[in-house]
Amino acid sequence: MSSETKQILTTDGIPLEVSLKKAEKKNKIKAFLLVAPLLLFLIITYIFPIGDMFMRSVDDKMITNMLPKTFKAMEKWENLDELPPEEVFSAFYFDFKLLVKKQEQGKLGQRLNKEKNGFNSITKKLLRQIKRKKIDENANIKEQLMKVHKRWRSVEYWQAIKRTAPPYTMAKYLKGMDMYFAPDGSIAQVDEDRRIHRILWLRTLEIAFFVTLFCFFMGYPIAHLLATLPMKYSNLLMICVLLPFWTSLLVRTASWMILLQQQGLVNDFFVMIGLVSDDNRPEMMYNKVGTYVAMTQILLPFMVLPLYSVMKTISPSLMRAGKSLGGTPFVAFWKVYFPLTIPGIGAGCLLVFILAIGYYITPALVGGASGTLISNQIAFHMKTTLDWSFASAMGLMLLTGVLVIYWIYNKLVGVDNIKLG
Amino acid sequence: MSKNPEFVKFDKVDKSYDGKVLVVKDLQLDIAEGEFITMLGPSGSGKTTCLMMLAGFETPTHGEILLDGNIISNIPPHKRGIGMVFQNYALFPHMTVYENLAFPLRVRKVEKDEIDKKVDKALSMVSLSGFETRMPAQLSGGQQQRVAVARALVFDPAVVLMDEPLGALDKNLRESMQYEIKHIHESIGVTVVYVTHDQSEALTMSNRIAVFNDGKVQQLSNPAELYEKPVNSFVAEFIGENNTFNGEVVDIAKDKCKVKLANSEILANPISVKSKGEKTTVSLRPERALINPIDKMDNMFTGKIEEVIYHGDHTRVRLNLLGSSEFILKVPNSTSNLELKVSQDINIGWNSTDARALDPK
Repeated sequence: MSSETKQILTTDGIPLEVSLKKAEKKNKIKAFLLVAPLLLFLIITYIFPIGDMFMRSVDDKMITNMLPKTFKAMEKWENLDELPPEEVFSAFYFDFKLLVKKQEQGKLGQRLNKEKNGFNSITKKLLRQIKRKKIDENANIKEQLMKVHKRWRSVEYWQAIKRTAPPYTMAKYLKGMDMYFAPDGSIAQVDEDRRIHRILWLRTLEIAFFVTLFCFFMGYPIAHLLATLPMKYSNLLMICVLLPFWTSLLVRTASWMILLQQQGLVNDFFVMIGLVSDDNRPEMMYNKVGTYVAMTQILLPFMVLPLYSVMKTISPSLMRAGKSLGGTPFVAFWKVYFPLTIPGIGAGCLLVFILAIGYYITPALVGGASGTLISNQIAFHMKTTLDWSFASAMGLMLLTGVLVIYWIYNKLVGVDNIKLG
Repeated sequence: MSKNPEFVKFDKVDKSYDGKVLVVKDLQLDIAEGEFITMLGPSGSGKTTCLMMLAGFETPTHGEILLDGNIISNIPPHKRGIGMVFQNYALFPHMTVYENLAFPLRVRKVEKDEIDKKVDKALSMVSLSGFETRMPAQLSGGQQQRVAVARALVFDPAVVLMDEPLGALDKNLRESMQYEIKHIHESIGVTVVYVTHDQSEALTMSNRIAVFNDGKVQQLSNPAELYEKPVNSFVAEFIGENNTFNGEVVDIAKDKCKVKLANSEILANPISVKSKGEKTTVSLRPERALINPIDKMDNMFTGKIEEVIYHGDHTRVRLNLLGSSEFILKVPNSTSNLELKVSQDINIGWNSTDARALDPK
């Protein structure tokens, strides 16, 4: 073939490519219009909120806006081990005075207190001095400010103010991993007895992993039965599998509470058959056991359905072929049937794991203290502490975790191998 | 080596799935070693069930199946050592052609070198050498079919079962595969039990054919006999084309009988009729009736042409004869072509030996 391809013309003399594009254009527009509502929906309900969440999680503009002159003056502060020059002190004083006028000095105190303990009291003290008009604005403000409280003479506090200068911060993400910015700007670990988030992350992963495992071992035989039973039985079984879907999540969780509590049905049964004594009933709720049991039951259909849809397509004659060629039933299953169900296993496990990692209501109700997950912590910060930026940061960390798992899965099995139906 | 005439034996086998209907009734069938036997019949006649019982996927409700003298009813499929080619080939889609063929050898713990050798040999037998690394999905229907045959033969089974293996192929490919399978059978001498509902396939390939209907073997004989001498009207109907006359025996001798039709009488060969007054269906192959026969024939009638259909190698003529307008004649396309026109009257003749008086339909 020659390197330059000859342009092909239609009978009218228009180049074929042009003619083809013209013919396809209408279809392309039609196709785009069909997906446009979905695209718009996704942008509004998914991409935009995630973007907003990200902005929130790193946003630290409040203080930047509160102390504009201070941060400007601080640019000239060269030796950070010594107290800043007079300009910084006076800029801070005028910024603060402006805040007092707007009655926003309290927010500043709180925010700075998060950065370094002790700011709250010294800003309050400064406020009192300003109200009593004790500060002479024409004299050296540095001297006067240093007299207000001894902490104003400490370089650490001024370093803390400087650290809040950038409008964006990763502090929330560090907090989510039980770390923080040390005064010198390096990353430090929270004291060991106060590391709660890392425990929660690990527990979330552990529970999600085991719930996926339990769902797999329980779902695989069910899916196999569903796919191989005659129609009239498989329909009934399918209804049993889908029944939980038609019941409210809250109702299902509540019924697990009835079953699992210490005076509950399961414990009653154990006592009745003499497995445990009446005064020694095991706790099966408000701990990990409750979370495992309830979440496995609730997420089971998400494992069964992808497996079923894959198994349904596997011809029964393949297993027969495996046996007739001399494979024992186990070999035929392991070498022929099982490899063909891997796409379903991948889809089911990924689905259950991702759902489990962000599960909220069930662990909140039956998990107790040792069975709650990171999502409960996120909800706690959303509703109770109102630290939305921290909640956003943890939400994004969760999302990143899911994406990483997806990426690993893609590397190991390949996403094209997923089959949902 | 003397061939065992009862290599596979179905001994009074019954099979029922629901305890109410017998799918296979009192099956008595001997298959000789090295034989190519075909189970032929309409769908639902029990032929596939017989095959599944032999393979071990179904258990007989009553009776025994013997392989080389041993009862195999209690042996699970994977220990029977019977190769099987399935209707949809059942190639393992996640394995290459090589792995598919190696599967039966690997589970038998054959050495790697030996596996390579056997796979090579099996592939060259179906002329697919060089396809080892292909996946089944990359093969055409005919090639998949041949891989399936090779896989069923690669571990040298004593018996190979084929369950309508050519059903999914187009006509030309099916015909060439028929010859190929037949040649493979001839060259390695394995016993083949073949199931099909296609009578021409059965006639082309088999040593013997068992015609199944209603759970019973209607006739077991070689292809020529099956076609020429059907023992009952079902076989006559099912194998090849057939002209039938329903009537009553009015006179019977040793090799001839007179059958009274609605308004005429014909002479026929008494096969399943014994005495006067019996109802019968007389069966006559279309090619055995001749137009204006030169030789003297004992049945001579005049019919009116209703329809002439050109088929290339022959012309099919539908006649109104002896009160039936469904009488078919096959006229070979020769140089001395007759002028055949619709509504023309022609003389037809046939020998009474070819008109077989069978059981009434």
